[in-house]
Amino acid sequence: MAKTPNEVTPFADAEPVAANGLLHRRMFLSGGAFFAGAASLSGLLSAQPASAQMATVPDWRKEPGKSFTPYGVPSKFEEPVQRLVTVRANSYPSPGAGSSRTPLHLLEGIITPSGLHFERSHSGVPDIDPDRHRLLIHGLVRQPLVFDLESLMRYPRVSAIHFIECAGNSGGGWAVQPPVGFVGTMHGLLSCSEWTGVPLHYLLEEAGIDPKAKWILAEGIDASGMSRSVPIEKALGDAMVALFQNGERIRPEQGYPMRLLLPGWEGNMNVKWLHRIKLTEGPTYTKDETSKYTELMPDGKSMQFTFPMEVKSVITRPSEGVNMQGPGFYEISGFAWSGNGKIKRVDISADGGASWAEAALQEPIASRALTRFRLPWQWDGKEVILQSRATDETGAVQPTRAELIGTKGVKNAYHYNGITTWEIRQSGLVKNVWA
Amino acid sequence: MFGHKVLLGGMTAVALVVAGAALAIDPPKLGTPAPEMLIRLFDISIPPDGTGLPAGQATAKQGEAVFMARCAACHGERGEGATNDRIASGIGTLQDEVQTFKTVGSYWPYATTLFDYVRRAMPYNAPLSLTDEEVYAAIAYVLFLSRIVGETDVIDAKSLPAVKMPNRDAFINAYTPG
Ligand code: HEC
Repeated sequence: MAKTPNEVTPFADAEPVAANGLLHRRMFLSGGAFFAGAASLSGLLSAQPASAQMATVPDWRKEPGKSFTPYGVPSKFEEPVQRLVTVRANSYPSPGAGSSRTPLHLLEGIITPSGLHFERSHSGVPDIDPDRHRLLIHGLVRQPLVFDLESLMRYPRVSAIHFIECAGNSGGGWAVQPPVGFVGTMHGLLSCSEWTGVPLHYLLEEAGIDPKAKWILAEGIDASGMSRSVPIEKALGDAMVALFQNGERIRPEQGYPMRLLLPGWEGNMNVKWLHRIKLTEGPTYTKDETSKYTELMPDGKSMQFTFPMEVKSVITRPSEGVNMQGPGFYEISGFAWSGNGKIKRVDISADGGASWAEAALQEPIASRALTRFRLPWQWDGKEVILQSRATDETGAVQPTRAELIGTKGVKNAYHYNGITTWEIRQSGLVKNVWA
Repeated sequence: MFGHKVLLGGMTAVALVVAGAALAIDPPKLGTPAPEMLIRLFDISIPPDGTGLPAGQATAKQGEAVFMARCAACHGERGEGATNDRIASGIGTLQDEVQTFKTVGSYWPYATTLFDYVRRAMPYNAPLSLTDEEVYAAIAYVLFLSRIVGETDVIDAKSLPAVKMPNRDAFINAYTPG
């Protein structure tokens, strides 16, 4: 077969480390990434004949551009990069009970632009006047207290990058037939932001914690009054009353003017539009910790209070809908995360799990945050079964779907963290399959 | 026990005292005492022991009218589900090979959760619009639809926490502190 320009390997240190063209991550660790970009770009360019259009000076070079704007928005050419909203979630008779998803397959790095953060609400997004909003702390405390926003703004703050993942994310993984869709469609109840807020322990201590208090109940002031019970250890640990998201005040869809942030724990517990915290002896057993967000096991029992989101990863490039464009050099890339700490390593297999290559992890590698991984790959154009497998700092390893279903059955509905498998066809088409 | 102090380093303290000396300062205390009225207005959560359940009572017989008028359109006349969740029957289907129905009757461990939830969130299009009496009535009917209570059983603050839900003992607490 004749060589195309793409088949020329431009790297002196490209070392195959696993089957079907997976190369050593060293290429991306040693500053080779720049060249990797250049190489794939040259591959693309050489595939397209230089058009007449490219040989003219574009209009925007010949007159001054638009003047300054108070709040910037993406280029109009980026219009397809939007949250994935299902019709049902917005439809009569219960608009606002449902979700929209982050288009993870179209994003880079680890931070989700605030306007693309996934939405999950149980009765729509309230339009809260911050001046009229109060946070009430009561129950097993010495002195019940109310805080307005102005006073909360005067407390010391912390900032941290954390993912929020809905406990029902990737729920299609439990289905008999593999779901069809983008990474965003299947795994997009996942986003990552820099959150800034007041450590919750300041406020609880100020109210005076009764030693009998072992849990808190956190409640939102949306129309569903969404509420969850949280153990006191977490409330006094890394929990924060988040006020800022990616540098600006939290978006309405994420809980404006304040939300509870419980790093690494089920998205649902990060109560939005937070207005009340009650210290209690035990859990309250609300609807969303009994009927929902409990894990039905094959023996008919249900696991309750399974709070941390387990170690997980997904390849976003390539992925279903983000198809291959002919044989040659590619960067495999995606997200890894764990609700139990930092990501320690991500391995990639291009032969259905028989051989693995360790991916390069992109800094920052933060605890309970999305971590970007990358691996160089020379695709020979043959059919490939591509997978990623994450390991976190506790040593927990992302299970295969078979392992997960082996222990949890198929009626679970929550906490799906099985390995995602992409079947890459010779045509370049990428399909989600069960391995 | 958890007496956190804000430690300000020498940089901030330099104008106050001696450069390099650390000061122990209490964090701000800017919460104001919560008025009893405010707590009463918002404290609507009901744990399994029924603490906080309001006065009022109803039977399923009385609840039928409330349910048909305020709930059935979305959840079906027998709670079998319509545009929204199935909320009745399905008892014994949790391990069914063919189809599992997780409903109030088949799945929920505590009847108190039903009062808590319906009062705070239902009917979806008009939350907080039912009187406490109507909430007791609607949930009595929902429980009756799964044959968990009888048609003329009185549901109130005393009897509700005592209702034994079929799936109560099937939940395992997976949380361990630390
Ligand atoms: C306009 C439609 C609508 C009406 C009317 C309505 N509901 Fe609902 N109901 C919903 C929706 C939507 C949900 C799911 C909310 C969510 O996403 O958390 C729900 C959830 C529930 C649930 C929880 C189901 C589960 O298993 O988690 C119960 C119980 C319930 N409703 C009872 C009632 C009762 C009782 C009434 C009448 C007083 C009522 N509903 C009226 C739409 C409705």
